[in-house]
Amino acid sequence: MNWTWFHKFGSPPHIYRIAGTLAPWFGWPAGLLIVAALFAGLVLAPPDYQQGDGFRIIYVHAPSAWLSVMIYGVMATAAAIGLIWRMKVAHAAAASCAVIGAWFTVVSLITGMLWGKPMWGTYWVWDPRLTAQLVLLFLYLGYMGLRSGIDDLARADRASAVLAIVGVINIPIIRFSVEWWNSIHQAPSVMRMDRPSMPMDMLAPLLMMLLGFTLYFAAVMLVRLRAEVLRRERSASWIKEALQ
Amino acid sequence: MSEFFAMGGYAAFLWPAYAVTLLAVVVNVVTAQRAHAAARAEARRRLEIETAPEHER
Repeated sequence: MNWTWFHKFGSPPHIYRIAGTLAPWFGWPAGLLIVAALFAGLVLAPPDYQQGDGFRIIYVHAPSAWLSVMIYGVMATAAAIGLIWRMKVAHAAAASCAVIGAWFTVVSLITGMLWGKPMWGTYWVWDPRLTAQLVLLFLYLGYMGLRSGIDDLARADRASAVLAIVGVINIPIIRFSVEWWNSIHQAPSVMRMDRPSMPMDMLAPLLMMLLGFTLYFAAVMLVRLRAEVLRRERSASWIKEALQ
Repeated sequence: MSEFFAMGGYAAFLWPAYAVTLLAVVVNVVTAQRAHAAARAEARRRLEIETAPEHER
């Protein structure tokens, strides 16, 4: 098997250049999709027969919650690759994910509370889904705290990678919490085995938002990755090249 | 129009939810770009030190 692509992928100058080229290609479609989905979700989609217009919080809540979990998956995968193949770029990628993931975990919690109050009658309950999502926030914060607490970069990479990988256990707990336990949180209405349980005019804006947010993450993460790669690099020759 | 902003009585919950999300979306773009700009500035400084003539280091 030809492994040159793998080594090329691990080379900082290559990654720096590729990330810079790709970021706008993710960012602009993301922006367009999100704006279109805002219009479709707030104006075109009909009100829910039970929740009225309140259900429209789903168009910001579900994409944020999706990002919070998806970003963790990307972070842990990159951390594992960095740990197994001693690939610095992979560690840089993992480190670039954490802040974004933490932000959207907070957003999912706040939008969830704002949805919970009118529908459940309370901002917060110590429900399995809500609690597991709070644990996710602590995992992100722990990961960032651990990184900033260790001065030696290689050690910070390894230690935080182990934390990220151990924390993966929380992901299936979040996903299946609404099925394993008697949760107040509703079961998935899009990511389920049979077909989605929403009519198309409600579902389409949600799918656009989910795709838009995913592309948005890719764009932001690539910019952060460039910063991270540049910060770590000590070889003058390619820094000169990168700065041109 | 005011009917739209009223959101069927859910305005007090819906708009803050959208505002928080928008804030996160904007802040993450700005901070990522700033981090990249800062990394470039830092790299430029490092480069100048390394390529400077011996007596200027």
